[in-house]
Amino acid sequence: MSKLGLIIKREFLTRVRKPSFIVLTLLAPVLMAVLLFLPAYLATLPGDEKTITVFDESILMDLRERGNDEIKLRYLNPKEINFEQAKAVSESNGDYAFLHIPLSDGGDPDFISRNIRIFREGDLSVGVEQYLERNLEKHLQKEKLKYEGVDPEILARTRTKVNLRVINTEIGIEAENSTVLKMGIGYVAAFTIYLFIFIYGSQVMRGVIEEKTNRIMELMISSIKPFELMMGKIIGIGALALLQFVIWIGLGALIFMLFSSLFIDPSLSNPTAVGTDQIAALQDSTSFQIYRSLQTVNWWELLLSFLFYFLSGYLLYGALFAAIGSAVDKEADSQQFIFPITIPLIISLLVLVRALDNPDGSIATWMSMIPLTSPLVMMARIPFGVPGWQLALSMGLMVLCFIFFVWLAAKIYRIGVLMYGKKPTFKELYRWTRFKN
Amino acid sequence: MIEAKGIAKSYQNHQALKALDLSISEGSIFGLLGPNGAGKTTFIRILNQIIAPDEGAIFLQGEKLQPSHIAQIGYLPEERGLYPKMKIGEQLLYLAQLKGLSKSLATKRIHFWLERFELKDRSQAKIEELSKGLAQKVQFIASVIHEPKLLILDEPFTGFDPVNTEHIKQEILRLNEEGATIIFSTHRMESVEELCENIVLINQGEKLIEGPLSKVKNDFRSGYYQVISKAAWAEASAWSATLLKRKDSLFQYRLKAKESQVPQLLDSLKESGLVNFEVEVPSLNEIFIQSTSTHV
Repeated sequence: MSKLGLIIKREFLTRVRKPSFIVLTLLAPVLMAVLLFLPAYLATLPGDEKTITVFDESILMDLRERGNDEIKLRYLNPKEINFEQAKAVSESNGDYAFLHIPLSDGGDPDFISRNIRIFREGDLSVGVEQYLERNLEKHLQKEKLKYEGVDPEILARTRTKVNLRVINTEIGIEAENSTVLKMGIGYVAAFTIYLFIFIYGSQVMRGVIEEKTNRIMELMISSIKPFELMMGKIIGIGALALLQFVIWIGLGALIFMLFSSLFIDPSLSNPTAVGTDQIAALQDSTSFQIYRSLQTVNWWELLLSFLFYFLSGYLLYGALFAAIGSAVDKEADSQQFIFPITIPLIISLLVLVRALDNPDGSIATWMSMIPLTSPLVMMARIPFGVPGWQLALSMGLMVLCFIFFVWLAAKIYRIGVLMYGKKPTFKELYRWTRFKN
Repeated sequence: MIEAKGIAKSYQNHQALKALDLSISEGSIFGLLGPNGAGKTTFIRILNQIIAPDEGAIFLQGEKLQPSHIAQIGYLPEERGLYPKMKIGEQLLYLAQLKGLSKSLATKRIHFWLERFELKDRSQAKIEELSKGLAQKVQFIASVIHEPKLLILDEPFTGFDPVNTEHIKQEILRLNEEGATIIFSTHRMESVEELCENIVLINQGEKLIEGPLSKVKNDFRSGYYQVISKAAWAEASAWSATLLKRKDSLFQYRLKAKESQVPQLLDSLKESGLVNFEVEVPSLNEIFIQSTSTHV
């Protein structure tokens, strides 16, 4: 095995065997899934039922309305008892709250709306408040329409919903608008690259600092070239990142399928929730919509570009992180140098949001050409389709920039690894790059 | 074995080596001496091809120093360090393979050396679990595992107790007997006197003294003699000798004389009953201090 191969192997194996790596790799998708599905699951659980006694003197509300899963409405007949008695009944029943809708003299809805009161021992839950407000607003609006002489039936009949049919001229077919899906894909891809650059880039840096503080550097570079040592570390850790990514994707897909079959489907196909024919139509249209949307994404281009920007971005930043590691003795000293290299990444994140919204805008286009920001910004644009020449130019620049930064990093690295003591300045780092050997 | 010709190396604002010429013969134990900052480490790093000289060249057995020579050189740096989380066996295997050994050969050699240093049952222990002395032994093994023709030892005895120092010393002598050329860089002059045949003393990047140890010592003879006689020496004042000590009817004098005067001196002393005649030879330590301080 070549010396570079030996370094890569060691860097990979020592890390892949670490319990922390194994735990994180296996647990992260599970945790993510729990975070995603737990709220959905909890929502399906029946909550505490809150009974609210309604004393509706204006007969504003519809008596057939019984509340929802959480809230139970119980009406008291205002013709039989007065306010005080009604309130006492509610209290003796231990109800959650007591709602009082007063009688208006001339049936003025505005007077009613100003004087509706709810009584409760302690604070009122936000859910209950919102539910009641929405409900009362609906009924009051109806009253007002009547007051103005408009028949609510006519209003209901004339309500219209518009669904734009989007025709994508590029692929020539009528496709459901897939912008949201594409934004999602672009964001996830770009953010993944950002995350991996940071996590594994700093692992490279920490590895180099460890070799310096353990004073093994001199022994190592008497056996191999500093460049090989640096590249071995970057590639070894990069392989680790790739492995972790593949495992996460695989596990993620598995967990997604498992959870969705367990929790999502039964609730959707539950015929008591909505009418059976309605749900069939809904399923049909959503699955069709997603299917058509997925068709408009060029998956091969997406996957290959992702791999390219994932690897080249990591290698470029990894080399810079390695150079920083070589220049300092302890991690605390690295902050000053890390800051400048995080700036392009932060800018990328900011531009990312705009690029998702307007993938062909000038900022997005420019930033997807500049190598330090292109891995993130280009990934946000790719799901929407990028002209071939732009992709080629961006990738070409990325390769050139990657070679340049690795060369620069190697120059700093070979001097830095032998330097102990004082933390260097940027000026000194520049001077190191000028040293002959 | 090694010819260094006109080696010069400058750092930002000082010249570490100024046109240094050195010659180290095959199979010798060579002492590379000098105070801190003399340029020893720079020279060693150039030999290890960690850095390149600005000027000059080094020839190893007639060939210009090149990357393929790395496999023939063993290096024990002054800054000791190993991967603390790696197991001893694993670590040695890794370092041996980096020096170009095959896995099977490396495993065999590791077995041999661990047995020799009584570390056999600890090959699964991590470096961080070892005492400093044991870790140093592992480091020593790492520098010799590929049986280098040239072994460079930078302060090899620091961190060892006297028993282990002796152990390592014996190993160095054994390796030398088996044909390895050894460059020995140190401040500890007593170990140099014990081990080295040839020395070079450098200071501020320049060579001050060079040659076989015995010759160097001879060159630094002060011209003083110490004599012991049975009776008081009649001509003591004529030779301007000082009486150092008088004990049990023995008289010890110290005097300065030219080499040509020695027969005459012996004649004069015979009458007083000469017991002991000694040439004052400076220790290497004295030579070291004397020459580096006069140079400054």
